[in-house]
Amino acid sequence: MLNKIYDWVDERLDITPLWRDIADHEVPEHVNPAHHFSAFVYCFGGLTFFVTVIQILSGMFLTMYYVPDIKNAWESVYYLQNEVAFGQIVRGMHHWGASLVIVMMFLHTLRVFFQGAYKKPRELNWIVGVLIFMVMMGLGFTGYLLPWDMKALFATKVGLQIAEATPVIGPAIKTLLAGHHEIVGAQTLTRFFAIHVFFLPGALLGLMAAHFLMIRKQGISGPL
Amino acid sequence: MHRGKGMKFVGDSRVPAMRKPNIPKDYSEYPGKTEAFWPNFLLKEWMVGSVFLIGFLCLTVAHPSPLERIADPTDTSYIPLPDWYFLFLYQLLKYSFASGPYTVIGAIVIPGLAFGALLLAPFLDRGPERRPSKRPVAVGMMLLTLAAIIFLTWESVVTHDWEAAAEQGKIRAEVEIDKNAEGYKILEANTCLTCHGENLQGGPAAPSLVGTGLSPEEIANIAKNGQGGMPGGIFKGTDEELQKLAEFVAGLKAE
Repeated sequence: MLNKIYDWVDERLDITPLWRDIADHEVPEHVNPAHHFSAFVYCFGGLTFFVTVIQILSGMFLTMYYVPDIKNAWESVYYLQNEVAFGQIVRGMHHWGASLVIVMMFLHTLRVFFQGAYKKPRELNWIVGVLIFMVMMGLGFTGYLLPWDMKALFATKVGLQIAEATPVIGPAIKTLLAGHHEIVGAQTLTRFFAIHVFFLPGALLGLMAAHFLMIRKQGISGPL
Repeated sequence: MHRGKGMKFVGDSRVPAMRKPNIPKDYSEYPGKTEAFWPNFLLKEWMVGSVFLIGFLCLTVAHPSPLERIADPTDTSYIPLPDWYFLFLYQLLKYSFASGPYTVIGAIVIPGLAFGALLLAPFLDRGPERRPSKRPVAVGMMLLTLAAIIFLTWESVVTHDWEAAAEQGKIRAEVEIDKNAEGYKILEANTCLTCHGENLQGGPAAPSLVGTGLSPEEIANIAKNGQGGMPGGIFKGTDEELQKLAEFVAGLKAE
């Protein structure tokens, strides 16, 4: 049955080359923890991706309840945390997942760095990787404000002060992020929500696609 | 692959009528114990992934994510703290060479140099050698940076007053407090409100007096002799007043 459906689609769209391209690539011995346990260091990148997927899915469920305005943001998070079935788990996954992404990404960066895997011909993939790192930090920073509790508000104020310290363009950056040159309030919350939910995830997906395409094109770096 | 003249297509589409066989690549001649990604290796990855997911779910169940009270921009006594992965930056900005008139050094120059070097690492470390022992400069710089990040995070954690931080962010039960009650007047007269707040909600230096769960005798004892950071002898009234105060505070129940 499944084969018949596959054949039916394949006849019309010729999906076999596409599918074989995804499925057929070799995993060399030196990156396979089944053969060398120390190869577990090669898991960090995949785990970063895994937690990122968890972040996207849990975040999608969070937006079913979250309301990005200063009157209801905290109330909606409180309701989600205490009243909604499994709300505490979903929010917990998003909250702890944010830390875990940073940890896994950091370990992945260190693995690539200490193995010198960023050297020719993989310079571009390293640069894309560092950009992903920055986007992730941005996601962490903007997501921290969204519950609109005390620590969120005051940490964001400090963060915006740091951004403001940039020479020449500092005040403009702060106004762009906060929606006002002084007040951290209603505008800031909606802007951070938009940045956290649309702008940065969009950039992240594009960068990750580039990251993975380059890995497939070049293959994993050889053993040291 | 059939190309050029005589090619057949599916209907009027551009999909060739010649089907490609759906068979995996032959890995038998690859070096060492090379494996196919699909399905051999992916199955192992999924096993690692499920173990990881179970551990992760245990964490989320064991430690509910924190939520402090709703943001109050007028509370100027709140000591801010970023999430843990920004602590090193936050700590750096506390040093005199990186704060005040030199904020630009701590906020932009040092992190900018570090991130810039990270971004351009392939062009700074250009030699063909990949082993860490063969490129001491790059590896040394990275180890130094790592040490600095760990040190700054550590310093930030030990200098932060975690108990005060937990207290200042607590979600407080809203209670209607009768400010004309005799008990409230006695609290006011004995400067209790300076630390415990006008609505008895507590503050950075003192806990909330609402819903303490203590008996009037215990409260009277604390009012007289102090507890924790509160010194004894703050209460200066008569025994009768003490009794009224203790009963008032014991009667404050969260809804």
